[in-house]
Amino acid sequence: MDWQALTLSIKLSLAALLFLLPIGIIFGRWLAYRQFFGKSLLQTLLTLPLVLPPTVLGYYMLVTFSPTSGLGAWLSSTFDTSLVFNFQGLLLASIIFNLPFAIQPMQRAFAAIPREIRDAAACCGMKPSRVFWKIELPLAWPGVVSAMVLSFAHTLGEFGIVLMVGGNIPGETQTIAISIYDRVQAFDEQSASIMSLSLLLFSILTISFTFWLSMRSEQKYG
Amino acid sequence: MKRASLTVRLQLCLVLLILSFSSSTFSADTPIIAAAASTKFALEEIVKAFHQDSGKNIRVSYASSGNLTRQIQRGAPFELFLSANSRYVELLAQQKKTANTAITYALGHLVLITNRQTKIALDTELKGISQLLQKNSLNRFSIANPAHAPYGIAAQEALKNLKLWEQIRPHLVLGENAAQAAQFSSSGAAQAGLVSYSLALAPALKNSSRFVVIPANLHRPIEQSMVLLNNAGDTAKLFFKYLQGEKAGKILSRYGYTKP
Repeated sequence: MDWQALTLSIKLSLAALLFLLPIGIIFGRWLAYRQFFGKSLLQTLLTLPLVLPPTVLGYYMLVTFSPTSGLGAWLSSTFDTSLVFNFQGLLLASIIFNLPFAIQPMQRAFAAIPREIRDAAACCGMKPSRVFWKIELPLAWPGVVSAMVLSFAHTLGEFGIVLMVGGNIPGETQTIAISIYDRVQAFDEQSASIMSLSLLLFSILTISFTFWLSMRSEQKYG
Repeated sequence: MKRASLTVRLQLCLVLLILSFSSSTFSADTPIIAAAASTKFALEEIVKAFHQDSGKNIRVSYASSGNLTRQIQRGAPFELFLSANSRYVELLAQQKKTANTAITYALGHLVLITNRQTKIALDTELKGISQLLQKNSLNRFSIANPAHAPYGIAAQEALKNLKLWEQIRPHLVLGENAAQAAQFSSSGAAQAGLVSYSLALAPALKNSSRFVVIPANLHRPIEQSMVLLNNAGDTAKLFFKYLQGEKAGKILSRYGYTKP
């Protein structure tokens, strides 16, 4: 078992969650309740990573952020930083390819809250921020949690984009999925099989948990 | 109730996050170097010996030399580059990505390799493979990708010199690098392959495969070249010297590398 790669993967997944949680709540709620010009375009863009091959996203990130290109050169000369072949780059990539996994379950959860409940709360004189914290968020919570679990698992398993944007640097960008690939090439079938089995079990747990969560909320509110 | 559990969960998440950020994975003193996948097993031993002698650690990122070159061009934070041919280090030198003059530290060799279980006849002119081709019973033959892996380029040259290239092309399975090509053929997924001698001599492969060394005149010299990159620190410079020393030389020759 490559503990260093596992730690890195978990760290990356948690860091991505830290960003995806507010992004998902804000966009999910916004898309659930508001009608505005360009909504379908925005929804298309936010869902795109679901069908886009990860290598395509990886390619564009490499092109955009390599130090020889405009944006990458600006980043390196202004902030002395880079977004390829390091942890920050992987984090940005993880956030982008997880957008649909974070936003969609939350959007559905917010949309499922009956309008009357929110109206009643507003009628009783609750401030919008109070309605959000006391009514909407607790009701949408199962959706929020399943979005987080899915994003977490998805980050843990992503391969193509990580290899392209991150390279294969132990302790920096070598995640557990890359480490399995690496171990197979090193003829170390034993480690590869242990890590693959752990990821398989983890994925089964993840899916069971999200199903259980949605079943429970259906029983409760459905 | 609902509110309490929500707050508790949020707090738990925060604690986990803070814990995960507070531990840094590596000290700044551990340089990352880029190395051709074919050097993997030899280099792992050299890194270990270097650690015993100097107390310093090295992290290595393995891939095909061509892929590593592209990563270096795009700003990957490597301090030293061990390429399996001299072409890529020359290219980087032209682009002013290197910090010193490249050195050819060893010569690599090709082997024809197959799984121990197969009945394929191994010979230096690939006559056994050629017969299989004529009998139409060659299924898959693995080499590293000649587009960016030096051992793939050498394999292509050897196959062309043996007048087998056009016939064998439909049967080729390309590894991303020499190690993957070796994995394909040693595991039996491909019937045979042309890979680096250094991988065939790896402990993990010795028991599962048979091989024969291909004469060096069938391809251009596979010059193992290394060069320090622009952000090289003291440890990387020390390791650069160490690789030219006696101890590293002994390990390299055990893995089938010869002196340039």
